[in-house]
Amino acid sequence: MTAVRCIDLCKTYRQGDQDIKALDHLSVDIEKGEFVCLMSPSGGGKTTLLNAIGGLDIPDSGEVWIAGERIDQMSKGQLADLRLANIGFVFQAYNLIPVLTAQENVEFVMQIQGVPAAERHDKSFAILQEVGLKGLETRRPAEMSGGQQQRVAVARAIVSRPELVLADEPTANLDSKTSAELMELFTELNEHHNTTFVIATHDRRVQAYAKRLVRMLDGRIVDDIEQHAA
Amino acid sequence: MRMFVVLSRLAWRYLWRNHRRTIVMLSAIAVGAWAMIFMTALTRGMVDQMIVDGISVIPGHVQIHDPDYLDDPSINNRVAYSDAELAARFEDLDRVAWAARVRVPAVVTSERESRGVTLLGIDPEAERSFSFIDYDAVDGRFLEGPDDNGIVLGAKLADTLETRVGKRVVVMSQDPENEIADRGFRVVGLFHAEMEATEESLAFVGKRTAQKMLRIGDSVTEVAFVGDDYRDVEPLYSKVVERVDDAVQVSRWTEVDTYLGTMMGMMDGFMLIWVIVIFLALSFGLVNTLVMAVFERIREIGLMLALGMKPAMILGQIIIESMMLLSVGLLIGDVLAWATIKPLEGGIDISIVAKGMEMFGASSVLYPNLDVDDVILANVVVLVLGFFASLSPAWRASRYEPVEAITKV
Repeated sequence: MTAVRCIDLCKTYRQGDQDIKALDHLSVDIEKGEFVCLMSPSGGGKTTLLNAIGGLDIPDSGEVWIAGERIDQMSKGQLADLRLANIGFVFQAYNLIPVLTAQENVEFVMQIQGVPAAERHDKSFAILQEVGLKGLETRRPAEMSGGQQQRVAVARAIVSRPELVLADEPTANLDSKTSAELMELFTELNEHHNTTFVIATHDRRVQAYAKRLVRMLDGRIVDDIEQHAA
Repeated sequence: MRMFVVLSRLAWRYLWRNHRRTIVMLSAIAVGAWAMIFMTALTRGMVDQMIVDGISVIPGHVQIHDPDYLDDPSINNRVAYSDAELAARFEDLDRVAWAARVRVPAVVTSERESRGVTLLGIDPEAERSFSFIDYDAVDGRFLEGPDDNGIVLGAKLADTLETRVGKRVVVMSQDPENEIADRGFRVVGLFHAEMEATEESLAFVGKRTAQKMLRIGDSVTEVAFVGDDYRDVEPLYSKVVERVDDAVQVSRWTEVDTYLGTMMGMMDGFMLIWVIVIFLALSFGLVNTLVMAVFERIREIGLMLALGMKPAMILGQIIIESMMLLSVGLLIGDVLAWATIKPLEGGIDISIVAKGMEMFGASSVLYPNLDVDDVILANVVVLVLGFFASLSPAWRASRYEPVEAITKV
């Protein structure tokens, strides 16, 4: 089953007097349960593609389908519902809500989803334990290291078991040990829960974990290869 | 409800993220609310006192007259009922004090001076419960009955006439035939009033003595009724109307003294304007606070949108934040106002500006009146206008594109 289908996507940004083609007639299919790494030099279009798949950015032309639904024509409200129900995000800069504790950050998405408090509490407690943050539940982001914050962000992204996890440079601010732990966690989720992962990165250590590598350049896919993950 | 709880918790936490700014804004709202309520209580107290004083001089919450009397208060426009008839019509009125009186313009002349006054022929016992004069505090004595041959003047009038208790004065007016009706009276007492104007303009004689002097038999010019509450005279008005016919006109105090009536109506309008003016000053701070609060967390708003929050939830969160800020500020302001007004309810001496106050009918002691309705009005107006003031920053926050907001530095 196809988890993500992008057909002939184009997206152009204007930077000063220049038009930058972030996506240039790009098409790609990602099957359910795949572990895909998008790789490109900076400005290659991987974040734009990730944003288009997540419904955070609308392409100028082309189609984006998630779990059989076309999303590039959806309203803001419909996109919000889709993200809430189907997609987990991990951003490069952690992006936690600073006024909430680690556990509250993890519970945030479930709260909007309407998960009962007791279930929310149990799930968030368990997932924080799973990402190695037991005992830090009541800390606020400012009281945690970068690696700990990123693990909270990962916990938030996966706690409600979304079908698709989109991660943009998830290891960019992490040391190698924490990066490896994070990727192990992603791999485990991918293998045990059949969660589809699409990770934008230029970290070679991350690429080693991927089953499929998609190389991009100037908004186009230049290479798409299957590989045996580490 | 679930979403409201989620948004409220977020709003509350964000409110205290920059606690210094929040405390400054809370102080501004609290002081504003205090100013609204305190000034309203002072003004309400002053106007209430003016009305109460005014009604006690009129006197009565409801009066009956000849239909032409209010336009032409002459002795020819008398109430059509005799004393006995009045008693028959009104003796069964429950919890209502009433008195029939003669009120005519007259001139009082002493050995040295003369002054125009309003001469009131009264039955002192019938008016004791609602008269503005404390009979026991009169210099000399007050009238002892409707046949009393003495006259009671205001202390200020006595000064002007250069007369005193025990001296004689002559009172002149007109009878129904337009003939001079005059008579000599011994000054038996001098009364004191809150305002000098009252002391200067009224002279009291016995009702029957006045009737004899004016040659009007047992007729009177007005009957005054006093009920429970001058703000709500309709029940009393209806009772009186039921007991009379077209031969007389029944008037509320607001119609007898239109100045006082207008004053009461104006008061409510003034309160609203005052509250709105204060709010307008506050609103600049409020909107600025919200704009800053939104501006400093554009990334987080983008994140919330990216995680699946709908724009309407962001809108709701900012509005809830604004309402929380206003509610806490108002609560502090309300408590402050209560704490400052309560100790002053015994009265504030403003005799230093008594002359100026008297020009528009206010006395020299101000009694602040903390009216629950005024407090509710101030709170509701601030919350409602605050809601509208916060719509713009809230709307702007909800319209951010997540992908742009999340990359804002």
